[in-house]
Amino acid sequence: MTVPAIELKGISKAFGPVQANKDISISVAPGTIHGIIGENGAGKSTLMSILYGFYKADKGEIWINGQQTSIPDSQAAIAAGIGMVFQHFKLVENFTVLENIVLGAEDGGLLGPSLAKARKELKELEEEYELFVDPDKRIDEIGVGAQQRVEILKALYRRAEILILDEPTGVLTPAEADQLFRILDRLRAEGKTIILITHKLREIMEATDTVSVMRRGQMTATVKTAETSPQELAELMVGRKVLLQVDKVPAQPGKPILEIEGLRVIDEAGVERVKGIDLTVRAGEIVGIAGVAGNGQSELLEVLGGMRPGLGSIKLNGAPLALSGSGSDGQARRAQHIAHVPEDRQREGLIMDFHAWENVAFGYHRDPAYKRGIFMDNAALRADTERKIEKFDVRPPDGWLAAKNFSGGNQQKIVVAREIERNPDLLLVGQPTRGVDIGAIEFIHKQIVALRDQGKAILLVSVELEEIFSLSDRIAVMFDGHIMGERLPQETDEKELGLLMAGVAGEAA
Amino acid sequence: MEFFVTLIQVFDSTIRLATPLLLACLAGLYSERAGIFDIGLEGKMLMAAFFSAAVAAVTGSVWLGLLAGIASSLALSGLHGLASITFRGNQLISGVAINFLAAGMTVLVAQSWFQQGGRTPSLFGGGRFTPIEFPFAEAISTVPIIGPIYSELLSGHSILVYIAFLMVPLTWWVLYRTRFGLRLRAVGENPAAVDTAGVSVVGLRYAAVAICGVLCGIAGAYLATALQAGFVKEMTAGRGFIALAALIFAKWRPWHAMGACLLFGLLQAVALRFQNIDLGGVVIPVQVMDALPYILTVVILAGFVGKAIPPRAGGEPYVKER
Repeated sequence: MTVPAIELKGISKAFGPVQANKDISISVAPGTIHGIIGENGAGKSTLMSILYGFYKADKGEIWINGQQTSIPDSQAAIAAGIGMVFQHFKLVENFTVLENIVLGAEDGGLLGPSLAKARKELKELEEEYELFVDPDKRIDEIGVGAQQRVEILKALYRRAEILILDEPTGVLTPAEADQLFRILDRLRAEGKTIILITHKLREIMEATDTVSVMRRGQMTATVKTAETSPQELAELMVGRKVLLQVDKVPAQPGKPILEIEGLRVIDEAGVERVKGIDLTVRAGEIVGIAGVAGNGQSELLEVLGGMRPGLGSIKLNGAPLALSGSGSDGQARRAQHIAHVPEDRQREGLIMDFHAWENVAFGYHRDPAYKRGIFMDNAALRADTERKIEKFDVRPPDGWLAAKNFSGGNQQKIVVAREIERNPDLLLVGQPTRGVDIGAIEFIHKQIVALRDQGKAILLVSVELEEIFSLSDRIAVMFDGHIMGERLPQETDEKELGLLMAGVAGEAA
Repeated sequence: MEFFVTLIQVFDSTIRLATPLLLACLAGLYSERAGIFDIGLEGKMLMAAFFSAAVAAVTGSVWLGLLAGIASSLALSGLHGLASITFRGNQLISGVAINFLAAGMTVLVAQSWFQQGGRTPSLFGGGRFTPIEFPFAEAISTVPIIGPIYSELLSGHSILVYIAFLMVPLTWWVLYRTRFGLRLRAVGENPAAVDTAGVSVVGLRYAAVAICGVLCGIAGAYLATALQAGFVKEMTAGRGFIALAALIFAKWRPWHAMGACLLFGLLQAVALRFQNIDLGGVVIPVQVMDALPYILTVVILAGFVGKAIPPRAGGEPYVKER
């Protein structure tokens, strides 16, 4: 029996009344990739923050390589040989790669010698692990995949033997994710221990040796990856049977609802984000826009939702939509029966400090049903909120709670309820399940499909290929402001879409 | 030749007037580069001006005065640090409070201490910083061009002037060539990166605020014990805000800060030298000249001089989160 690289014994941590971690014990063998999977809010990140010295556990012990260790801060974690790659990178954007790697691990007060030494060591590390980045490029000049490699190099430069990666593929293309997993394999082969935190079942199945499942602050199971299945893991995560695939009948597309021709979008900085696209969405179908974040999908949604001006022609039910000036704002769009579930619910979909019932009114606050003379009819609004909360199973069912006090999934249910219940002709949906747990994903997907089955048109933008595949009746891939091609989900696969997402044109694009 | 002499005199007073601006501007640079906005430069300078003058008047030693000025400015820095770093308060409000505190307290204490209508007694002898004459300044002053430049422009300032201008290359070197500078710049851009790299965000920010306090202290002491001979009510006259404008104009870079401060100093010097400018019939009144530095401040702060991107984490208290 080898000594575990990491052993946690009975870790508990509470934030006020919320028990984030309850008596968690876990043992990670050296030289393995150990996955930790769980829904949002299951306590994975809290546990890893305790291991990296961000939080102090209320109870429990941490053993590293057979020695009991206390980790009061990040410095202690680094000294214990732990490196962490956060979901949101901790890089200084206007520093070079080299400066970011050296920061906090300098030798001596002068910068020159430190940088020279780091440059040399970086070269060795790059060759040893095939982690290539240009040390003199600034962080804001390199892509997210390269930024992630910088984070890994940062950890290795600090002689990390244990590497924790928190949701590492969230921002990567499928090809970049594959590359990351090759790097992780390589690191494992060199004897490093890796903890991979994710909510994606596929990654767990592909990359890990062992997997631990967390649910509501507790560790519900630890199993060998080879001896389990995605279905079993999903059940362990949610605590009940879940449908990983959306049940839906084939679409019955009707007349065109949305017709986009030659749409161009130029942003505030004068950069052309959408470079002339054509797209049609018919009644009774879901068109999914796939693509890596930042390739013009957001801008497309924002123009349609009346959040920014565009150039070109967009028709709704055959009538042209104003793309700038009066009649092109969100108010006008809603009057034209376009509903919008924006990509970032916390910034664009909700006001986090307002009550749920106030959030339900946003965008529709001029609805006569919510008004009495010149005043808001708050009682009617609250009654309507109660109804929506019940229908969409928002938990806790309390309209007086501030939006920020709901979990991500329930926040999203509030937004989706507000928009879908308007019975729009066209529903715009951006990243409907980002940061949403599996149970709520299932529910939201069902609602979207139900709207489609009522003969409505739906335009879906998502960076999650799984979501694109399970919801869309037709898939368009965006890259660098262009639509690279349209595919039917049953006639394509992740590999082909991945190539299109990376800008490699398909034969019929 | 007469024009040349005038020019030298204007530039000479430009240097004198730019010195307090430069010290305050560099003070702000350290603080803001570390992510702590400081609109309390004015208050710290004023407090330092008073205490340096008061102590110099009482003890007769300008050096004790300087130390007292620095100590009083550091105390206000500590207050600002406590409010904005430890208690994560609003940095603007803390800065405004410090300005009010200094404006009121200096006059109050001065009145009860010296009973001279809110001012300190005039300083003389060892109570003031005296000009330093460079070697051979007298001898070569008669050499055309070079002579006046050497003996009038470069020589004959107080030690604090030379310290202020030496701070510029020193600040550049600290910022871009040392570990401390790297960390300082990083903590103003992304404190989370510094924190996860195992370096104390709080420690770095307090260090920056302390340096800011020392420099503001020198600036204030210079005003009361070198530029003038004693403290008078509101004697900083908005220099802290002009320094802030210069800092934005310089986009938080030391050499550019020097350029910006010299520009403001020049405007002040011109206003002092040319009281009413006659442009062939149209007379520009002295008030317009006096107002120029302030007008330029407003223009810069309103963002007419290109886009200045402040340190990204500036003004935001750091809360550990993932």
